[in-house]
Amino acid sequence: MDKKNNQDYLAAIQAAFSADVLAHEETFGILNVEISTAKIHDVIAWLQQEPSLSVNYLTNIAGIHYPEAAGREFAVVYQLHSWKNNVRLRIKGYLPKEDLHIATITNLFAGANWMERETYDFFGIIFDGHPDLRRILNMDDMDYFPMRKEYVLEDATREDKDDRFFGRNNNEL
Amino acid sequence: MSQDLKDALQNADPANIATINFGPTHPSTHGIFQNILKVDGEKIISSEQTVGYIHRAFEKLAERRPYNQITPITDRLNYCSSPINNIGWEMTVEKLIGVDIPKRVQYMRVIIMELARIADHLICNSVIGVDAGALTSFFYPFSEREKIYELYEELSGARLTTNVGRIGGFERDFNPLFHQKLKSFLKTFPKAFEEFDSMLARNRIFMDRTKGAGPISAERALSYSFSGPNLRAAGVDYDVRVMSPYSSYEDFDFIVPVGVNGDTYDRFMVRQEEIRQSLRIIEQAYNNLPEGDYKADLPDFYLPPKADVYNNMEALIYHFKIVMGETELPVGEVYHAVEGGNGELGYYLISDGGRTPYRLQFRRPCFIYYQAYPEMIKGMPISDAVLTLSSINVIAGELDA
Repeated sequence: MDKKNNQDYLAAIQAAFSADVLAHEETFGILNVEISTAKIHDVIAWLQQEPSLSVNYLTNIAGIHYPEAAGREFAVVYQLHSWKNNVRLRIKGYLPKEDLHIATITNLFAGANWMERETYDFFGIIFDGHPDLRRILNMDDMDYFPMRKEYVLEDATREDKDDRFFGRNNNEL
Repeated sequence: MSQDLKDALQNADPANIATINFGPTHPSTHGIFQNILKVDGEKIISSEQTVGYIHRAFEKLAERRPYNQITPITDRLNYCSSPINNIGWEMTVEKLIGVDIPKRVQYMRVIIMELARIADHLICNSVIGVDAGALTSFFYPFSEREKIYELYEELSGARLTTNVGRIGGFERDFNPLFHQKLKSFLKTFPKAFEEFDSMLARNRIFMDRTKGAGPISAERALSYSFSGPNLRAAGVDYDVRVMSPYSSYEDFDFIVPVGVNGDTYDRFMVRQEEIRQSLRIIEQAYNNLPEGDYKADLPDFYLPPKADVYNNMEALIYHFKIVMGETELPVGEVYHAVEGGNGELGYYLISDGGRTPYRLQFRRPCFIYYQAYPEMIKGMPISDAVLTLSSINVIAGELDA
């Protein structure tokens, strides 16, 4: 059994999309590859179709907010899994806060539908081409995206857990 | 409006099309979520789901809580098998901080997680019976589940939202009563379970009701990112315990049962067989339970005993640091998945080195596969939709997070 490992995946992705691989690293055994946002759909489609890689399973889609990273405030992370090689990998795309558009992958994985709706609901990331991009867990008339870092959870009366006392300055958020 | 619905509406006599609410508080939703069904007589033409009724913003809450305070949140995901959620989270943190867990703890965790899987599947399967009209078979397993809850009680003090275990191991070792109760459970459960099984598995009425109800093909199930018993019922043998073993699952001999048609009957049968396999795993783990400590040597995360805190300076310092969240944490991104009652339960944790996670996402299997429900019930009678819903085991807590 010659199963492909993370390095083989990275090499294959770099060979096919050399210009679009912006960064890569391996954390806790999982390969992270940053792809230019416009190409993410194509990369995932290619990973899915390439027989030797056969990335057949979409584990989940996560949104992340990095308010301090200018020009790349939002990240969309696709966690994928190839059962043939038992390799998990993360495809990441960063978005500037002014333009939160990314192509949907609902045409590749039916299960992406609600995952993308959830990401939209919490972060306001717009998945172009999604068949039904509405809020899913929050109320329809909510007018903000609650998982963004500017909406801090308030424990108004508690001073003992103020981050300023622990060397972390959250005042800017 | 979808093309299918348009066709159906065109072919149906408009006078017969009715819109009905299935939920939010319908008895067979077993939780709060709504389906708006368009029906032509008994036949479902389309359905639209509304979820989020018990959304409690766990991911947001987690960003404000130290790691040890997140365990009680995970209780409330799939509350039919909270120990799996708890231990899955603890293992995620242990992966981040990189700690060797003693073999005994791993085996203890396997025992608890498999007990939880049995409890989870028992409830799901007996509820399928209820929705098919067989109420007796619902009461039989409850006395067995009660015994599992008593085991939780011995280990954690709690029954439903167990908050079992700590980062690094368990809060306490199995006590003599636990050993006694577990031994008696292992002795009496198989007989009681086979009795339950004999009431439904080859029951003509039950088979007629469940075969062909709410089927899904392996291909569609994969596209929908199904996992757990629902995926295996469709014939795909994906199990996190085998694919990426955690907590020493590679030490145990068990099979991964699969179905053929992905319908309600197959889901029922897969769960039944998984209960038998879980029992095998528990027996293997319990008979080979290694000697050793019930916790790892992890003073930075594991609260010292209270008596030490009052008498020992070092213990007091660690206690203070843990409670005040002053423990140094590594920066990093971890994904850890366990095989929950309903499938791949994943924790995607991003740490920036702070006291709380920078971002924590739960991969909730229920949320992911429930979106396939309209496709599974299209063209079915309403009574089959009820059965399908209970057999995919949608737990509202896990659905909404």
